[in-house]
Amino acid sequence: MTLKTFNLPDVGEGLTEAEIVQWKVAPGATVSVNDIICEIETAKSLVELSSPYAGTVSELLVPEGETIEVGTPIISVEDASVSGSGNEHDGAGPGVTAPQDTSGHGSSGTAWPPAPGANHGRSAADSSSPDQDPVPVPEMPGEIAGPRAGGSPAREAAAPGAAPAEPTPGPLVGTGPKADAVRRRPRKPQAAPVSGAHVGSQQGHAAATRLDEQQASDQAGHAGGPEPARQAAAVEVRPESGTAPAQSEGMAPQARVNPLNQLINRVLAKPPVRKAARDLGINLADVPATGSAGEVTKQDLMSYQSQRDAEQDGADSFWTDRKLLGGGRIERIPVRGVRKATAKAMVQSAFTAPHVSIFVDVDASRTMEFVKRLKASRDFEGIKVSPLLILAKAVIWAAARNPSVNATWSDDEILVKHFMNLGIAAATPRGLMVPNIKDAQDLSLKELALALNDLATTARAGKTQPAQMQGGTLTITNIGALGIDTGTPIINPGEVAIVAFGTIKQKPWVLDGEVIPRWITTLGGSFDHRVVDGDLSARFMADVASILEEPALLLD
Amino acid sequence: MNASRLPAAEFEAEEVLRAAHAADVGRDQEPGGEMLQVLSSDGSMAGGMAAEVAGSTVDFAPYLSATDAPHLRSLYRDMFLIRRFDQESTALQRQGQLALWVPLTGQEAAQIGSGRALQPQDYAFPTYREHGVALTRGVRFDEILRLFRGVTNGGWDPRERNFHLYTLVLAAQSLHAVGYAMGMQRDQLADPSLPQGVSVAYFGDGASSEGDIHESMVFAASFDAPVVFFCQNNQWAISVPSSVQTKVPLAKRAEGYGFPGVRVDGNDVVAVEAVMRWALEHARTGKGPVLIEAYTYRMSAHTTADDPTKYRLSRDEQEWQTRDPLARLEAYLRTAGLADESFFEELGAEARSMATDLREAVLSMTAPDLESRFAAVYAEPHPLVQEELRFFQQYEAGFADEGKHA
Repeated sequence: MTLKTFNLPDVGEGLTEAEIVQWKVAPGATVSVNDIICEIETAKSLVELSSPYAGTVSELLVPEGETIEVGTPIISVEDASVSGSGNEHDGAGPGVTAPQDTSGHGSSGTAWPPAPGANHGRSAADSSSPDQDPVPVPEMPGEIAGPRAGGSPAREAAAPGAAPAEPTPGPLVGTGPKADAVRRRPRKPQAAPVSGAHVGSQQGHAAATRLDEQQASDQAGHAGGPEPARQAAAVEVRPESGTAPAQSEGMAPQARVNPLNQLINRVLAKPPVRKAARDLGINLADVPATGSAGEVTKQDLMSYQSQRDAEQDGADSFWTDRKLLGGGRIERIPVRGVRKATAKAMVQSAFTAPHVSIFVDVDASRTMEFVKRLKASRDFEGIKVSPLLILAKAVIWAAARNPSVNATWSDDEILVKHFMNLGIAAATPRGLMVPNIKDAQDLSLKELALALNDLATTARAGKTQPAQMQGGTLTITNIGALGIDTGTPIINPGEVAIVAFGTIKQKPWVLDGEVIPRWITTLGGSFDHRVVDGDLSARFMADVASILEEPALLLD
Repeated sequence: MNASRLPAAEFEAEEVLRAAHAADVGRDQEPGGEMLQVLSSDGSMAGGMAAEVAGSTVDFAPYLSATDAPHLRSLYRDMFLIRRFDQESTALQRQGQLALWVPLTGQEAAQIGSGRALQPQDYAFPTYREHGVALTRGVRFDEILRLFRGVTNGGWDPRERNFHLYTLVLAAQSLHAVGYAMGMQRDQLADPSLPQGVSVAYFGDGASSEGDIHESMVFAASFDAPVVFFCQNNQWAISVPSSVQTKVPLAKRAEGYGFPGVRVDGNDVVAVEAVMRWALEHARTGKGPVLIEAYTYRMSAHTTADDPTKYRLSRDEQEWQTRDPLARLEAYLRTAGLADESFFEELGAEARSMATDLREAVLSMTAPDLESRFAAVYAEPHPLVQEELRFFQQYEAGFADEGKHA
């Protein structure tokens, strides 16, 4: 007499755990080798486990409904005699075969809850005839002498499908969504009130979301229909177990939420992406999704995050902090996701460079005063100072706070430049030229003023060199010089923004409820919508305007 | 967000299944006419068997052993034992004693019938489900299970049994079989005194879609290689029905390659054996390859890691149970008085003791020593491997205090 324990095996390939769904034996029961002892549910399917030992069941070590790891002892069997004795009972009676056969097909999905027939048959066999050893393995043709002796006609009468047809043990697995389920749809009307209620509740899917597992799977079965077998079985069994559950179900549905519907409305993403989004504090619903099934991909998330980061901070250190760029001066932000989609859409709807132009009226009175003081200062002696200088400074300042305007669009990347080659559109004898001031961000106000003068002089003389016109990153066009209020400038190729500086003149302006004359100008800006969205261009323009309104902000 | 694309796969799968099934039903009823059969599913034996093969009428009567009672009983015995073996192996897997099992139930006639037709000098290249053929080639049951218990990469010496190791890579063995056949062809030319052998490529309906099958058939036809392509069309390539694999009966594909193709009832062991005998003779006498499609059904799962209830209808399974290969032969043996009750009783007892012995053999299998792996790299000792072996031995010796596998 030795006590043997049976550990949960890996019945699939690489499964790590399983749930004990139902015990088919009780302590004290006699088992032979290969008797079915329990039903387990793995990640793959429902599987019947058979006993590797013969003897008396001593103890069931794991309760039904518990999920355990592979290798956990689940049952102990007291070895009654020498090994192999179990096999001597082979073929003693067809008892267990019948239920197994049913469960192989009709009711294998029903271990939960058990189909009444199979369950009764089995428990009867277990409890009432313990000494009758069940057949260890499914019936074999010719193996069983007794019932077969009558010959084939009797056999055919006894078992549909003819006795020899039973040798198929079935795969010893079953349940879950079944192919057969399709055929059982006609039963649905029985469940109509219930599922009808669920359908109704689908509209209110935003309601309570917490469901316990059982409810969830239960409902998935009802609503989606992948598991009508379960549904049918549930409908059949419930009345048996009492009317209370049915009633409570009738009342409950409004509070219930169809999890399927929730699933459909949920943003799709793979678990690692979900976790990353949670860690970054990003709401996945905000991230444009480009996955083939509409899911948010890792790249979508990364591109969203880099865009967010780039635009949120770094203005202070923007020009100097190049550590992240690996020493380069150009930051490469891959063009992905919605940026690419938006770009595509914009190009298709407009020509190639979809322009967006916005305008803002600015009270430039303080700029005029500032310019006046600069002209009077000794430092700027002999240097031509104009409002354009303040505007140029304002544009550089504002670009650092809104870097996307200082960029280049290539089809799959946005090249955001951490330097400013500020272009100035100039009418020259050879036509319109846009020479630029290299590394304008590094220039002091005075240096910038000198550079502007130099540039204008060279241009007017028609001596602008090609190199001076290459590598521009953002352009200012001073249409005000011609007395124009504003206009919609065309973006210099290779850039994404251009600022038009209208004329500055005194206009009536409302200040603290009073109309007073002020120096007013209009700033116009055109932006390549592929790169710069409306809110960004507005922020940029507002930033520029704020400097013209209060040049002192440049000191911060 | 993109909800319209979501409607989960399950729903579409149902539609696909229904559609595929409808097509299946339409075809399944008809091919009976073209399928060679002598022993029908109700257990009655026809007088003879003949068919139009590649343009000429072939009478299979000389190849039939329908009246040879001892032979029929031995065919039944083989099928019975292999099914019992299959069940015991499935149980052993469920008890954690095998890593995986590939059930064959339903295909006993196709395997035993074809395997028994082989001559000793013939060479069979199995896939991983040919336990029945293994039995006919003298491979012991426990040798088969060594692979599935994971204690060996093979299990038997293929040269001893003229039965190649199980090939887990789909359809690769068909190339091996054709190459081997071409080799035998050349050996035969060099030494005409050698017995004329045929190689057999076993594969399934799923593998029939592999490029390897195409290549091997092209070469076999080009060189009139002595090879028989034995395709067990068990209707399911894991979850893909054969209606998806092919639009025409698989046997008809042979026509395109220029050699005969025959479809036989794979659940009729007598017919399978006769057709196989004919095909082997055809190949043996230098007439080139033959394709046999044994039309059968995988009654169980693809492997123990598969759950067929998820993709096929129990109605189909029940329908095929009426065509069970063992049941019909048993019925014939009983009604024709070729076997009495004691035969079946003894066979049952033999199967039980076989199962008991098998279980003991499996439980007593021990994992091989890692050291033995070094001998499996090259046929002859290799300096580098020997050096690595010495290192390994020294390394292992360092753990002597704590036991070898501490």
